[in-house]
Amino acid sequence: MTQKKRARPPSFKALPKALTGIQGLDEITGGGLPSGRPTLVSGGAGSGKTMFGLEFLVRGATQYDEPGVFISFEETLPDLAKNAASLGFDLDGLVAQKKLFMDHVRISRSEIAETGEYDLDGLFIRIADAIQRVGAKRIVLDTIEALFGELPNPGILRAEIRRLFGWLKDKGLTTVITAERDRPDKLTRHGIEEFVSDCVIVLDHRIREEISTRRLRIVKYRGSTHGTNEYPFLIDEHGISVLPISSLGLDHAAPATRISTGIDRLDGMMGGKGFYRGSSILMSGTSGTGKTSVAAHFVDAACRRGERCLYFAFEESPKQIVRNMRSIGIDLEPWLRKGLLQFHAARPTYAGIEEVLLVTHKHIASFKPNVVVVDPITNLLTVSTLNEVRSMLTRLVDFLKTLEITALFASLTAADGFLEANEADISSLMDTWLLLKAIEVGGERNRAMYVLKSRGMEHSNQIREFVLTNDGLRLLDVYLGPEGVLTGSARVSQEGREKAAGTSRRQHLEGRGRELDRKREIFEARMTMLRAEFQVEEELIQQSISESKLLDKELLQDRGQMVRSREADASAYRKNGSAPVARPR
Amino acid sequence: MAAVTRTKRARPRTQTALLTPRRPKLWKLKLYVAGQSPKSIRAFANLNVLCEKHLQGRYQIEVIDLLEHPHMARGDQIVAVPTLVVKLPQAVRKIIGDLSDTDRVLVGLALQQVG
Repeated sequence: MTQKKRARPPSFKALPKALTGIQGLDEITGGGLPSGRPTLVSGGAGSGKTMFGLEFLVRGATQYDEPGVFISFEETLPDLAKNAASLGFDLDGLVAQKKLFMDHVRISRSEIAETGEYDLDGLFIRIADAIQRVGAKRIVLDTIEALFGELPNPGILRAEIRRLFGWLKDKGLTTVITAERDRPDKLTRHGIEEFVSDCVIVLDHRIREEISTRRLRIVKYRGSTHGTNEYPFLIDEHGISVLPISSLGLDHAAPATRISTGIDRLDGMMGGKGFYRGSSILMSGTSGTGKTSVAAHFVDAACRRGERCLYFAFEESPKQIVRNMRSIGIDLEPWLRKGLLQFHAARPTYAGIEEVLLVTHKHIASFKPNVVVVDPITNLLTVSTLNEVRSMLTRLVDFLKTLEITALFASLTAADGFLEANEADISSLMDTWLLLKAIEVGGERNRAMYVLKSRGMEHSNQIREFVLTNDGLRLLDVYLGPEGVLTGSARVSQEGREKAAGTSRRQHLEGRGRELDRKREIFEARMTMLRAEFQVEEELIQQSISESKLLDKELLQDRGQMVRSREADASAYRKNGSAPVARPR
Repeated sequence: MAAVTRTKRARPRTQTALLTPRRPKLWKLKLYVAGQSPKSIRAFANLNVLCEKHLQGRYQIEVIDLLEHPHMARGDQIVAVPTLVVKLPQAVRKIIGDLSDTDRVLVGLALQQVG
């Protein structure tokens, strides 16, 4: 079992259940078939009843250590072994290991004559012997009603079959009884459902619009909750897998880690970190908007991180995708060789939608990828209605979330303008919605991208133009002009204009700068000149000051000598006091 | 192997008129039963009476109790009990029930035409 089991409903305790190991069935029955009790599996010819029984036993023997007994009333043992081998089961091996016992009850009406009262003790003894040989916990009676065709006296048979079921119940065997359903109003041909009160499962194989689908429904499950829908199922080389349309709960984990989109600027548009791990991303766009290229970037980035990628291509062949992506500089070939990347390409029209999604499911379960790309989901609409696609996608998204797989769903939208309305239904399942748009301006078509929604993270509200170059996809800012968003040539010419304007502005600025420098030089030159003149003047002035001081001094000295020489006049001179007298001491 | 084995040898062939070339000279009859149930006992008793009357001295009855030899049910494909298994030259016949309907037993043994 690769599928993770969900929490079982509380009634699990009340009624012990035996896990079937059949993918998906244990989920919708909340833990398997009623343990130690009979379950009726009814269906038309070729509906997979025998396969159901075989897988129930094989899984029981190999996975749950519950040996089993298969009592076939129709097919011979070599035929059964051959059929089982087509599901990958080795019956002979299990028989050799004493984990399984097979018995073919073959009776032919032509050799039987009834001559009075009889009972089925012969069968009871055979079954008891078989059970004892392997210590069986499980038993399958494959179309016990075949006995009605071979043995006379249906009254006795009915009573004996009823006794058999009761006896198996007393022995505590988990029993699967298959029965042919030939009329829609009856579960079994001979009404043996009356004797099986615990669990009834109906298998159906129908053809609708030339596409065959198998469906399974639990009609009754006493004492247990169970899904009541019709569930599509598939029989392939790994056995049966049932897909519940809607899962029982929304209890998946929500990792907070982020992973890169593979495009730097797209990461940037989502808070710089990219998608949440385990989230589901819808990427929609009209044809030729570059969905596959974006997906390839995402895949490439994941492989670079060493993660496993599973790419479901519903439109192109893997080789074509690899070739085309090489033209934008992404080489997926090494990842394919390393086994990190796996492609699954198929047109959904080869089978019904259930089958496509079941196959998807199975590949995911076996490859165990970290990243899944479905390109595009819209192709599924060609084989089914929007409603069905939605219900199956719900299932797929839930499944992926349970396994914490990040999924990118490409969606091709019609180019009629109603881009978003068409997918409103599907988008509610998705955590992130990238919209790729073709913008037609000035006679050309350019690509633009924006993040329409992204749950639980900051994201840019900007439209970005993206161009596919030889080395990958590049996101560019778009120009918002009076005519709206500018892309492509319009953007290039706008860029050109802006560049020219920029150059002239720069030149202007440089000119002003040079002018300033010149002025500063002039200013500084003048300053130097003035300072030089000033220094000259200062020196002259200082010189004249000191000269005049010297002169004063000499004058005074001369005067003192004169006074000394003319002593008589000294007092008169003092009375006047008109001039300071500097007497040498 | 068998719980009860009775063999009666044929007397000198005075009754050969009864025999056609398609019938065996010695009737080997195997009666499968499950324990000593009333049906089993009844079937054995009925078989004895019938053989004594129609096949005197030319039959051999082997009674197999499946409770003792459960695996033997598989070999002869026994589902119902009691079952009388007769190997006729052209086919194997299984006569089920307590053998109380003598006419049908005789038809089954090809000793009597239908009707």
